Amino acid sequence: MTHLAQWIRCKAGTIQSCDRRSASAGWTVLCSSISYHVIRQACHMNPAVTRSLKMATHLSCGRVNLNVLREAMRIELREFLDKCAGSKAIVWDEYLTGPFGLIAQYSLLKEHEVEKMFTLKAGSLPSSDVKNIIFFVRPKLELMDIIAENIRREDKGRYSHRDFHILFVPRRSLLCEQRLKDLGVLGSFYHREEYRLNLIPFDGDLLSMESENAFKECYLENDQTTLYHAAKGLTTLQALYGTIPQICGKGECARHVANMMIRMKRELGGSNNQITPVFDTLLLLDRNVDLLTPLATQLTYEGLIDEVYGIQNSNVKLPPEKFAPKKQGESGKDLPTEPKKLLLNSAEELYAEVRDKNFNAVGSVLSKKAKIISAAFEGRHNAKTVGEIKQFVSQLPHMQAERASLANHTSIAELIKDITTSEAFFDNLTVEQEFMSGFDTDKINSYIEDCIAKKDPLIKILRLVCLQSVCNTGLKQKVLDFYKREILQTYGYEHTLTLYNLEKAGLLKAQSGNRNNYPTIRKTLRLWMDDVNEQNPIDISYVYSGYAPLSVRLAQVLVRPGWRSIEEVLKLLPGPQFEERQSLPPGLMKKRQQGENKVMLIFFLGGVTFAEIAALRFLSQLEDGGTEYIIATTKLINGTTWIKSIMEKLEPPPF
Amino acid sequence: MDFCTASWNPMGDAYYRKFDLYQMEWNVKEEFKDCIVAVGPYGGPIALMKNYLKKEGGSSSRPVLEIYSASGVLLSTLTWKSGQVVHLGWTVSEDLLCIQEDGTVLIYDLFCVFKRTFTMGNEVKQNQVLEARVFHSEYRTGIAILTGPLKFTIVSNIEDLKLHRMPDVPGAKVPPSCWTVLIQDRMTCILLAIGKELYLLDNTSCTAITLPGLSPLSGAYLHMSVSFHYKYLAVFTDSGYIWMGTSSLEEKLCDLTSDIKQPPKQMSWCIRPRSKRVAIVVLWDKILLVGGCAKENILFPLDEETFMVSELDGVRLISHSTHEFLHEIPKATEEIFKIASMAPGALLMEAQKEYEKESQKADDYLREIKDQNLLPVAVAQCIEAAGYEHLTELQKSLLRAASFGKCFLDAYSPSDFVTMCNDLRVLNAIKEYQIGIPLTIVQYKQLTFPVLLDRLVLRRLYPLAVKICEYMKIPEFQGVSRVLAHWACFKVQQKEKSDEEIAHAINQKLGDTAGISYSEIASKAFDCGRTELAIKLLEYEPKSEDQVPLLLKMKRSKLALGKAIESGDTDLVYTVVSYMKNELNRGDFFMTLRNHPIALSLYRQFCKYEEPETLKDLYNQDDNHLELGNFHVRASYSTEKGVEGRVAELQNAVDEYSKAKNDFAAKATEDQIKLIRIQRSLQEKMDKPYVDYSLHDTIYNLILDGLQKKAEQLYKDFKIPDKRYWWLKMSALAEKEDWEELENFSKSKKSPIGYLPYVEICMKHRNKFEAKKYIARVSPEQRVKAFLLIGDLDQAAEAAIEHKNENEMNMVLSKCSGVTDAAVADKIERAKVQLLKK
Repeated sequence: MTHLAQWIRCKAGTIQSCDRRSASAGWTVLCSSISYHVIRQACHMNPAVTRSLKMATHLSCGRVNLNVLREAMRIELREFLDKCAGSKAIVWDEYLTGPFGLIAQYSLLKEHEVEKMFTLKAGSLPSSDVKNIIFFVRPKLELMDIIAENIRREDKGRYSHRDFHILFVPRRSLLCEQRLKDLGVLGSFYHREEYRLNLIPFDGDLLSMESENAFKECYLENDQTTLYHAAKGLTTLQALYGTIPQICGKGECARHVANMMIRMKRELGGSNNQITPVFDTLLLLDRNVDLLTPLATQLTYEGLIDEVYGIQNSNVKLPPEKFAPKKQGESGKDLPTEPKKLLLNSAEELYAEVRDKNFNAVGSVLSKKAKIISAAFEGRHNAKTVGEIKQFVSQLPHMQAERASLANHTSIAELIKDITTSEAFFDNLTVEQEFMSGFDTDKINSYIEDCIAKKDPLIKILRLVCLQSVCNTGLKQKVLDFYKREILQTYGYEHTLTLYNLEKAGLLKAQSGNRNNYPTIRKTLRLWMDDVNEQNPIDISYVYSGYAPLSVRLAQVLVRPGWRSIEEVLKLLPGPQFEERQSLPPGLMKKRQQGENKVMLIFFLGGVTFAEIAALRFLSQLEDGGTEYIIATTKLINGTTWIKSIMEKLEPPPF
Repeated sequence: MDFCTASWNPMGDAYYRKFDLYQMEWNVKEEFKDCIVAVGPYGGPIALMKNYLKKEGGSSSRPVLEIYSASGVLLSTLTWKSGQVVHLGWTVSEDLLCIQEDGTVLIYDLFCVFKRTFTMGNEVKQNQVLEARVFHSEYRTGIAILTGPLKFTIVSNIEDLKLHRMPDVPGAKVPPSCWTVLIQDRMTCILLAIGKELYLLDNTSCTAITLPGLSPLSGAYLHMSVSFHYKYLAVFTDSGYIWMGTSSLEEKLCDLTSDIKQPPKQMSWCIRPRSKRVAIVVLWDKILLVGGCAKENILFPLDEETFMVSELDGVRLISHSTHEFLHEIPKATEEIFKIASMAPGALLMEAQKEYEKESQKADDYLREIKDQNLLPVAVAQCIEAAGYEHLTELQKSLLRAASFGKCFLDAYSPSDFVTMCNDLRVLNAIKEYQIGIPLTIVQYKQLTFPVLLDRLVLRRLYPLAVKICEYMKIPEFQGVSRVLAHWACFKVQQKEKSDEEIAHAINQKLGDTAGISYSEIASKAFDCGRTELAIKLLEYEPKSEDQVPLLLKMKRSKLALGKAIESGDTDLVYTVVSYMKNELNRGDFFMTLRNHPIALSLYRQFCKYEEPETLKDLYNQDDNHLELGNFHVRASYSTEKGVEGRVAELQNAVDEYSKAKNDFAAKATEDQIKLIRIQRSLQEKMDKPYVDYSLHDTIYNLILDGLQKKAEQLYKDFKIPDKRYWWLKMSALAEKEDWEELENFSKSKKSPIGYLPYVEICMKHRNKFEAKKYIARVSPEQRVKAFLLIGDLDQAAEAAIEHKNENEMNMVLSKCSGVTDAAVADKIERAKVQLLKK
């Protein structure tokens, strides 16, 4: 198989932009070898069939039943709602609606007499004839100001028996209550409570806090609020799934979270947890231990969907054209204009199968699936007896759901393919891979230069420049200043604080005399793998078609042979590394069955990408891996959303 | 047990009995009628106030308040120095209410420790209290007061003082002969009698009442009494007539006429919960009458002056020498002990007795019960009856019978038996003379265990409380921990011991016991004015969220900040910081923050959004010029200033950046100032917005606007790299579709970016004609690409074949589609074959 990486190695030094493109074709050819059109025909799209799978089944299919956590959260929500007797309207802090959707749908709220839902905004509350108004908000001062305004504008005469309540998510805050008090409305609230929605179950092996600015707060602003919530979330997990006997970590934030966890456990006092531990190890990793991985373009199916369209709270919005029901003789005049919204999680069998594959391996899976489904539908001709027909009919809903699922993913794959086969995508990918494999990272890169000149999107530029900086342990001052000047002149001086933030986060920096450590790290941790099999991977590097995510390598090495073997490299990475043991009550030590895997909870402080998750799932599935991973994070990120969260946007004043 | 029924007195189909709880060994000489007496329900303590009447002139003997346990053990005593007391009463939580003439209510605990005081309002103060009553409803204690001018004032809950003035009784001139508090549908009312008239006062009205079925010859009302749960009412008239009915005043239960016509001293209901029978107990000086619906009454002669206390399931009778309990015999007890009873419980008792005598009759009795399948009933009866007995010997023999009986039962769950044993053990322990709480099992079940525990704690019976908790296997959290915490709270009030000693003693005993809140204990210590001890105790508190607020309350903000930071809870840190901001002067505040980087950065975040100017001061204090520079940059964007205002901010930024030795930022900012000034003049000249365009966009617009020279000048002034300028100018000209100028530009100097971009940009604007002009100048290695761009497959193929480059050939091939390009494809395939041969 022609592979980009191999190619770059053998031709290193003679690269010209034109050649580079043709060489990248290795990637193209594979993509185009599958015609999605054919697959689509194999599964006549049936829009009438919608998946009716229950929302939470995907949470209980993994090694650890995360439904327990979701159920606990639902019970807490119900209890709160029942405290406010009578009809209710919820006023939502808009950011919370997404995460809440993963815990409880509207039907649950409705069961508890929630009749109206509004979005929190300045001015008066929309009129509604309900007994209770409940604000669901994050503890943020600016939101308190809005709530106070809402309440003060309330028509007292009209709703004299109305009760107000406030539910802080994830935590009640004295500061916010003080603000409400200062604004003279604190007494208006009948119930003021907190809903400790710290870790939200996204999938059978995935938890996220969906804390938008976690990275910026932790690494730029020295604000450890999110870390405190993380520790609280972990404490809740321990309450539900038992004390985690071993805690390992790397990084300042990791150390801090571990300290708080241990402290919180002590605060709970003698009430010893009597649950047999489900997790064997907790690994806490700072995102700034591995700044490289999120910058690279993810090449797994799910990663690419996220890179291109952005997945939010397991939902993705896609351009509708490809999903239009195709009927014979109808022209495209009735194309839907609303984006197509899809829920993506492992409850969907097909998605669970392809999500973590390298995109180049997706086509073949889809076409294989198409054949199976066609064959299954053909099966109706073989059904002769009443019994056979009955059996066929009973399987029909499942088959139709599968067919709809296949149709959806075929459409998505087509959309993605249009992007991945574009030259711009290849050029960008090629430069990324050059940097990651350590080629020419120390000089001004002409591709980046050209992109700036052509005024490509700023975030793309920032991702590349930061990637180069990280892969070179900082840029030469001259190179750095050149890029910065180019960016300021092209995109505007207002980005100066963004650049400052990137420097403060260590994403962009001048080389400080020391030599470039990246090659050492790359070699020791085998971050760059030349022989990658995208179809049937044997190593995690398949998720980036060559680059093995540093963070996941650290987890892999920790399991076997242990971090002692890479002490030198760990010293080069920022922050302390540590290991703590939490004592268990006697009799709770797990007796492992022969061949039973260990379970590691790996917590990414500052965000994790879908490609990293894919890599960890790959490790979980390895036959001789011996460890299964459950992933937790402050936020699911990709390079774009991540950089965006670090940027500081200065808006010129209106004239 | 033949002797057992000797004390039973039949009345109708029920029996009543009176038995000794204690021989009182107290040393009270005074007659009760010369004292104010108050006895708490549920076996509560006895309060006596002696010499309560103001004496003319001589102050030689002040009133004395004495509190005794139910067994007559003196708990505490106090010489009364406050005003004239009219009435005493116990609250549900065993505090003593002392109601004074002027309407002031003083609250003392069991140990005569003053707790707090409140008053019943001005009207009461002016008119003086004539009479007062303390009444209990569920978990609440209330007070009703009658003043001189015959006005009633009520407080239904002393924890939530809301005074209710009741309406006046029309035409009332004399005080009511008797009155009582009624609770109807959670509403507190007053029922009062004046002569032969009855009136009911509720919040708004006064209603005259006629009791249903009242004998017309009954006469004037002398006394009335409400049952323990406010369910029933009894009235006594001057003809000796007693009417008994519901307190809703709607139904009569029965009536009777006593031979004694004098007004009784006390009257009280004697009802067993869930029993259908009711009885009224009337107390005179020398005689006690128990009457009810039956024809006959029971009369007990009294040797001594007696005080009666109404209980849930009977009445207590306290005299100088004894403390007795009078109640209706429960069904289970009756069935077992009634002479010649054949009830299963009675037979089981017999069987067990015979078994102990090793007599075979045991089997006969047992068989008799078993034949009727009544053994479970028999066991249950014995267990139940054991609960009702006061004497341990009787309890034991009943339990022994139950234990014997259950041996012959299959699959019997012993939980009832075990629970009864446990409960009796506890009740017997607290009934001890020294402890003196005579609770019956019925009262105990109603009171609940946690309340009993509270009462033990209130009496400072910590060791007993701990033992009972341990014996009852109460979880530490609810049991032992609570007791120990109370002990500790008591301990910190011992002023004679040093802080160290107490802190150590408390920690020694409490250690890390689950559920202990050191902050509560510390809070108590602080309330007692022992701040240092409180701080020491807080050190043992593991929860920072409990430590911090108390430390702030004690004005130890720096200590609080340390604790808050330690906890990692940023909200706590914020709380302390905002407290300090108000408490300390600015200099000290900043200095403190400086020593706590976490707090400082949080405060910075706060200021960034809330108080930008403070942020500047913070950076100034630290000489953080880089951040100050950033601050000014932000200010130049965020505030509404004119261009000059913005430039001034940027100039400040340049200064700060220079001080910070950040040459790049200083230079970039200087460039920005230069740019803004140019943009402003352009804006004025061109009458279109230029300000806040990037340099790139400024030049782009200049080219679009045809100001080539100005563009050129900026390119030189700002030292834009050639490559970028070429891209820029080329794109702008193409967008302007100024193809002539584009061609001129391409010829003016050698292009630093080659000529392929020219082809690209023309094609982007769909101008193939112009694109072709540049093909010849495209470098040979890019030519294939150029041909492909303009869609000339033929030429592209030619070039690729000429270059003998397989990659290029493949690229062309991939663009070939269908029949139209078959010839080209064919050509390339052939060339490829040839290439392979070589």
